[in-house]
Amino acid sequence: MRPFKYTGAQNKDQALQAFTATSHYLGGGTNLVDLMKEDVERPDQLIDINNLDYKKITSNDKGGLTLGAMLSNSETANHPEVRTNYPLLSMAMLSAATAQIRNMASNGGNLLQRTRCPYFFEVSMPCNKREPGSGCGALNGMNALHAIFGYSDSCIATNPSDMCVALAAIGATVEVQQTDGSSRMIVFTDLHRLPGDRPEKDTTLMQGELITAIHLPKPEFSDHYYYLKIRERSSYAFALVSVAAGLQVKSGVITKVGLAMGGVAHIPWKLTKAEGFLAGKKPTSENFKAAAALEMKDAKPFEANTYKVEMGKNAIVRALTQAYEREV
Amino acid sequence: MKEDDKFKEEVNLDKLSDDENIILDAMGLNGSSRRKFLKQVSTASLGIYASSFFTSELFASTMKDLPENTTALLNEIKVNLRVNEMVKPLTLDSRTSLLDALRERLGLTGTKKGCDHGQCGACTVIIDGKRNLSCLTLAATCEGKEITTVEGLAKNSEMHPMQQAFLKHDGFQCGYCTPGQICSAIALLEEAKNGEASYVTEDLKTIKSGLTLSEEEIRERMSGNICRCGAYNNIVQAFKEVHSGDNEMPTWEFATQEQMNKAKNA
Ligand SMILES: Cc1cc2nc3c(=O)[nH]c(=O)nc-3n(C[C@H](O)[C@H](O)[C@H](O)COP(=O)(O)OP(=O)(O)OC[C@H]3O[C@@H](n4cnc5c(N)ncnc54)[C@H](O)[C@@H]3O)c2cc1C
Ligand code: SF4
Ligand code: FES
Ligand code: FES
Repeated sequence: MRPFKYTGAQNKDQALQAFTATSHYLGGGTNLVDLMKEDVERPDQLIDINNLDYKKITSNDKGGLTLGAMLSNSETANHPEVRTNYPLLSMAMLSAATAQIRNMASNGGNLLQRTRCPYFFEVSMPCNKREPGSGCGALNGMNALHAIFGYSDSCIATNPSDMCVALAAIGATVEVQQTDGSSRMIVFTDLHRLPGDRPEKDTTLMQGELITAIHLPKPEFSDHYYYLKIRERSSYAFALVSVAAGLQVKSGVITKVGLAMGGVAHIPWKLTKAEGFLAGKKPTSENFKAAAALEMKDAKPFEANTYKVEMGKNAIVRALTQAYEREV
Repeated sequence: MKEDDKFKEEVNLDKLSDDENIILDAMGLNGSSRRKFLKQVSTASLGIYASSFFTSELFASTMKDLPENTTALLNEIKVNLRVNEMVKPLTLDSRTSLLDALRERLGLTGTKKGCDHGQCGACTVIIDGKRNLSCLTLAATCEGKEITTVEGLAKNSEMHPMQQAFLKHDGFQCGYCTPGQICSAIALLEEAKNGEASYVTEDLKTIKSGLTLSEEEIRERMSGNICRCGAYNNIVQAFKEVHSGDNEMPTWEFATQEQMNKAKNA
């Protein structure tokens, strides 16, 4: 690991003031410290933001909850209000990593965790995301774990977060502090960006912006929800494909759908077509299958990850079925 | 005759080597406590327990022996590490992980380095009551925190019940993952008491405190500790004994032809 200056910030002003172009904020460190050991991230200053006062869960004026950015993933997933009103989010967060890592990982850090593309982690390999212009090793290399939607020739990596898939399905808003002291709100699905020709940029955040909170809308999927995570072993592994499904059903008709997929794109992939198709329809297996087929027909897999198309289709149907059939 | 010698005569079925006797002496286990202990443990596994115990006994002197400060540190940070109820002021390179600080500066080598990348759980320690990975924790972030390592679990020469259960159930083979497993398991006892959920919890909405975890739950919740020797069945059994008093020893038998066919056609 390269040398860096450690700065412990006690409040947001100290954190923002200390920020320089080569700094990184330090949350739980579960992604950042790992990548620094791999020499992938090379900050010359870490600004420890763990003492910042963003550790509460409060009600917001939309009738929903606001989650502090510095709360741990386990505190968030296990908060009684989150479990009762946003069980889809709890379930997705609990599927991630392990108890130890969830205890350490912060909500802000989870949103900004970087891809698990093996070329990105290995500094002797070409990777446009790590080293712009060096080429994409995965494009014609080992790409079994890579994207089937929304990629470009410069990068075909996927976003690894489970929490983000649920947040995309639920429809959250992210609050950030800027270095000039002002703050802004970002619609969750605008936070992450497709790789285009700038894969080194994962998100639309500007330099030095600090995530302070995640705002959730009023709960809509507390009865019918499921987070399906398909992976190579049944725990402690990233998703090959995952689906967050939330339904609202009234008098046998779907009145509201939240659907997003993980493991298939550079961003948490919102299934807008399937959502549109299902709204107002009956929650039948024919409709679930039709919705999944509609969404997956645009998939453009590589040789090694064609399996994701069929797996994705089945996963959408299964997540919807589990969500619908859950005993209320 | 000294109490100790009497004991040795009594239990000649447990023919202890000199080394083993030294270990038991160092553990402060004499007379009846030694007898009780030996009943629980096959002596073959003594070394595994003792290695961490020794470190604990030698904690104070080991700490003195290691260099206080290294000269000319780049980006030096000062941190008072509070480990197993002792506080040690350290001057460290800012890059030092908690794991390296424990092992290299405090001589607490019970906590193991498996992967150094968050992928195995061997380095699990308890920080402020929660299990954490010391390999991805920077020591600089630990000021004011209460850290418990495997060396801090025994109290008054009595092993923590989880340590005893691991021994009783053979919850290890090589022992490398064991300190992490035990710290993790102890933290999990609390999580279950607090009614924390896991991915396999059926109903997230009505979960109450004081959970009794099913085997499936235990396996999911302990998945952050990989055991290369595959001692998982025994680890689960050890956990169950402490968690719910279920101390049934697992039994096994060869699968019948019928069961084999069924598995194949499943
Ligand atoms: C072995 C292993 C397995 C894992 N498995 C899974 C899995 O199955 N599913 C899953 O979803 N995740 C998984 N993870 C990833 C884990 O969830 C993330 O590493 C974690 O959520 C990151 O949070 P953190 O607080 O530790 O972030 P850090 O590592 O501290 O930071 C990550 C990035 O975010 C920046 N940052 C942090 N907080 C803020 C903030 N408030 N504002 C602005 N910038 C900020 C940092 O500068 C850094 O660039 C796994 C990790 C490991 C090591
Ligand atoms: S897919 Fe993206 S992250 Fe992976 S090698 Fe290509 S550019 Fe790098
Ligand atoms: S050494 Fe920390 S998880 Fe493997
Ligand atoms: S006992 Fe050998 S790794 Fe677990």
